[in-house]
Amino acid sequence: MANITFITTDGTSTTVSGNSGSVMELARDHSIEGILGNCGGVCSCATCHVHVAPEDVRKTGEASEIERDMLELDDNADEYSRLCCQIVVSDAIDGVVLRVAE
Amino acid sequence: MAESPEEHVCLIVGASHAGVGCAFELRRQGWTGGIVLIDRDPQLPYHRPPLSKTYLTSEEGSYHNPLRAVDNYEREGIELRLGVSVASIDRDRSLIVLDNGEELAYDKLVLATGARPLIPPFPGLESARHVFSLRTAADVAGIRAALSEDHGKRVVVIGGGYIGLETAASLRKLGAEVTVLEREERVLARVTTPGMSAFFEQLHADHGVKILTGKTVSGFQTNATHTIVRCADGDELVADVIVIGVGIRVNVELAQRAGLEVSNGICVNGSARTSDENIYAIGDCTYHHNPRYDRFVRLESVQNAVDQGKVAAAALVGKVAIYDAIPWFWSDQYDVKLQIVGLSEGHDRAVVRKEVGEAPKFSIWYFAGDTLLAVDAVNNAKAYVIGTKFIQSGALIDRDKLADPTVPLRPANLVR
Repeated sequence: MANITFITTDGTSTTVSGNSGSVMELARDHSIEGILGNCGGVCSCATCHVHVAPEDVRKTGEASEIERDMLELDDNADEYSRLCCQIVVSDAIDGVVLRVAE
Repeated sequence: MAESPEEHVCLIVGASHAGVGCAFELRRQGWTGGIVLIDRDPQLPYHRPPLSKTYLTSEEGSYHNPLRAVDNYEREGIELRLGVSVASIDRDRSLIVLDNGEELAYDKLVLATGARPLIPPFPGLESARHVFSLRTAADVAGIRAALSEDHGKRVVVIGGGYIGLETAASLRKLGAEVTVLEREERVLARVTTPGMSAFFEQLHADHGVKILTGKTVSGFQTNATHTIVRCADGDELVADVIVIGVGIRVNVELAQRAGLEVSNGICVNGSARTSDENIYAIGDCTYHHNPRYDRFVRLESVQNAVDQGKVAAAALVGKVAIYDAIPWFWSDQYDVKLQIVGLSEGHDRAVVRKEVGEAPKFSIWYFAGDTLLAVDAVNNAKAYVIGTKFIQSGALIDRDKLADPTVPLRPANLVR
């Protein structure tokens, strides 16, 4: 079981818990504003962009090559950016804080 | 007609990517009245692209990839009417009639009716067993159930388009013996260039899928254990399961019978409005003008469904909105990801760029004169992203550098 905190662009902080699937699916199921996941979670649309809190990057790991490339579609991407359909929900990411991209 | 906006009702016919996206966007844009989503599919609206890609091979029993969680609909006050069909639209009385005779009044109506698989009237079709198309969760559940039966895993896929090829790849992963029959001389003939077709034919051959081109199916003959698929040239194939993916028919009939303007789809203007000012249409079913390519198109894609739904939502609350998106598409087969941005039709030159390395990683850039129209990128998201930005900006591209894999793929290296 992992608790994950999303901070949406209006500053609202929401903590939800899950134990399987992707972070995008978890966000979608809890109606986190700004996480769309239009492609269904296959790293094709870049509509589930989050910034991982710097201290949590060691938990989430870093973006893959295709993910980094896709993130370049978004001018707001930075070194902490991830497409959260590519982050698997597991105990390993318990406690991470994700800021939903603009 | 209702007196106050709170009493206005927007009915949306079709609850897939376009209809669902439009409903939520409508609320976000400030629509205070009722929103009712209607679909004949009884399942909570779900992502369709994974049906032919990941779901066929997933180990989960039922398909769970909803577009939105069920409580999202409740929270946003979006009423779902699933498992019901719309029989007709009565524009004079501003209402729709359901199959069961029930009438639902609307102030605004959105048609997101999509398309249905084309099933040609092959002789012997009605007595053939285990024949499927692939557009709904029920189709895929049926294919999975048929393959799990203990009677053989010989699959004939009729049609070598994206659906056919994605299905072939997924079924191959499941251990099926797969043959694809394509009527044209190459797969993906309608949607891509010969070079890309050749790549996918080789990819499937490498994975043990037999692709036969130039094959017209002339009929089926079914016996106690299997079906024979006959081709016009006399070839015969034994099939335990048949998947038909030869294209779609646009669901225009509701609009047509209501007297709305219909051509290669339901005709809409730049705001997704039909020829009736209270009726909009979005997604696969629309025939619309694309300003960037300056021509009328009908697009079958998630991008078009989502983006046109947003435009319609804005227009429905009285905002000025014009649909001007660059189309994009993707296809996943085996470990190959194809990403397409733009529309390549009308190109007069194609530049092929092969990246250095062993794994297939290349891109095809389509130009009309100096204008970049489209990019097909295979395992190359960078090319897809840079292509998208170039099409957006209209940058002039140095084609010699583009074709040279020793020049790193970066925008600054490629613009003239």
